[in-house]
Amino acid sequence: MRSTGTAAPPRRRRGNRGTDRPAQALVLSLPASLIVGLLFVVPLGLLVWMSMTDWPLLGEPSFVGLAQYGAILDGPLFLDAVWFTVRYTVITTVILTVVALGLALLVQQTRLGTGLLRTAFFLPASMGLAVASLLWFALYSDEVGPLSDLLMAVGLVDEPVNWLGTPGGALWSTVLMVLWRFAGFYMIILLTGLQSIPTQVYEAARIDGAGWWRTFTGVTLPLLRPTLALVLVLSVTGSLLAFEQFYVLTGGGPDNSTVTVVATIFRQAFTLFDLSRAAAMSVVVLIALVLANIVQLSLIRKGGDS
Amino acid sequence: MAAARRTRIRIVIADTGALTTGIALAILFLLPLLWAGYSSLSGPRATGDGAGLGTENYQRLFSYGEGLFVYVANSVAVSLMTVVGTVVVSVLAGYAIARFRFPGRNLLFLGTLAIMMVPYPTILIPLYVLLSRAGLQNSLVGLALVLIMFQLPFSLFMMRNSFEAVPREFDEAALVDGAGVPRTLWSVLLPAVTPGVITVALFAFLNSWNEFIAPLMLVTDGSRYTLPVALAAMRSGNFGAVDFGALQSGVVVSAVPCMILFVLLQRNYVRGFASGALKG
Repeated sequence: MRSTGTAAPPRRRRGNRGTDRPAQALVLSLPASLIVGLLFVVPLGLLVWMSMTDWPLLGEPSFVGLAQYGAILDGPLFLDAVWFTVRYTVITTVILTVVALGLALLVQQTRLGTGLLRTAFFLPASMGLAVASLLWFALYSDEVGPLSDLLMAVGLVDEPVNWLGTPGGALWSTVLMVLWRFAGFYMIILLTGLQSIPTQVYEAARIDGAGWWRTFTGVTLPLLRPTLALVLVLSVTGSLLAFEQFYVLTGGGPDNSTVTVVATIFRQAFTLFDLSRAAAMSVVVLIALVLANIVQLSLIRKGGDS
Repeated sequence: MAAARRTRIRIVIADTGALTTGIALAILFLLPLLWAGYSSLSGPRATGDGAGLGTENYQRLFSYGEGLFVYVANSVAVSLMTVVGTVVVSVLAGYAIARFRFPGRNLLFLGTLAIMMVPYPTILIPLYVLLSRAGLQNSLVGLALVLIMFQLPFSLFMMRNSFEAVPREFDEAALVDGAGVPRTLWSVLLPAVTPGVITVALFAFLNSWNEFIAPLMLVTDGSRYTLPVALAAMRSGNFGAVDFGALQSGVVVSAVPCMILFVLLQRNYVRGFASGALKG
């Protein structure tokens, strides 16, 4: 029985957010601190240091200042890769966002069967990107791939399509595979956004006599803006770092037409064994992406406020 | 009346249209998967021949390079280490950050979140150098440590939120009653944050099982290849001419565990995004 009145027990540490047991807390957070320190902070510092040295595979590194950075910009290959990666990012992000939004709207209502549809759209996204690329590498191959046969049977094309053999074909074939692999993934993110829109808003729109399109542009899109922004950030960041899909599907070809930025860094480091130039490229990419993220995130914040 | 009925008819038509479109699209999404399954079971040249179904492709896959078993075992080892490591590290640190004040608390949290801001392929080169110097290059343990680091931002965030959702009175009472911190964490808090732990483990498994670029860069010894890296080596003809049938068997072996896990734990996956990524 609690006594009411004057003899109330002293309040126990109210307002003190967090128990004061620093020693034990330090022990609990030690593994995480070690991992963040040794495997993130130290490599980050080492990356910057490497980019300013001549770092041979064997022997001592020597300091060269910013020479590596100048050398990157002198070579045309890195800039070509940047241009290709940016083009790929724009194409992928636009198509992927539109398709994912379409899928999300299609399965938005919980009805009989929509759960199954959602799972079907998502299943490709549970595969690894490299493995999905391998699957499509076989689909596109003229040896075993059924795609050309299928299109010829339907009468859409007269002869086998050279899916990966031309620069344009290689780009668009990769975009198609990426669309298949990621659409369900972004659909799930957009669904959580759609479901956070209160149903009363839709009812109000219906009472006002708004049709489907009016409701979509006047209610759904504005309220979905933060989620759409998240999808954009994820897609832009992911596509700028594209590697697996081209490594597996096109190998960077034909004629180096599908070499991405990360593929260039990988080649520089592990084919040419030029670790310092690769490090300098990494620093450039890192700074560019962090800046892009900051810009995009601040845009989301603004979108969320209004 | 008539108008209402017309609206209802229109809704039914729209519903049927949406359902038909949905089913057609779902079939398009599933066809490549079905084809992979089918061609993994058909004759040696994947399709063609019209030969019956069989397991020859899988049998050939068993003898590829070091043998399928080695690659699957490597992938299982790396994924298990990553899952266990990620869960342990993020539960401990999530508990500490949610419940204790200690020097470096904010630094640890912000430092972890910073991992998310840095594009991860860019730090793989110094990680390669560091692991080499530490004798952990070509080591599955070294690879798992790197993968735990990449998992940490999402996992720590998820676990911190899970612990904060548990009323403070729970564990404060246990601590006041004399249970130590380990005991309180194990028998009072852990049962309460199990859904968060499952989500963290699910993401850690899917991401480490499917990871490609880190094992490609950090592991160069063929006997330590994980499944995706071994399959990619097969595709580039490292083991002779490309054997599409065996390749599709490898795709199936790699994809099926992920699909089963996803179908079983869909709820956790979606909630992970709702609470982790969106409100972050």
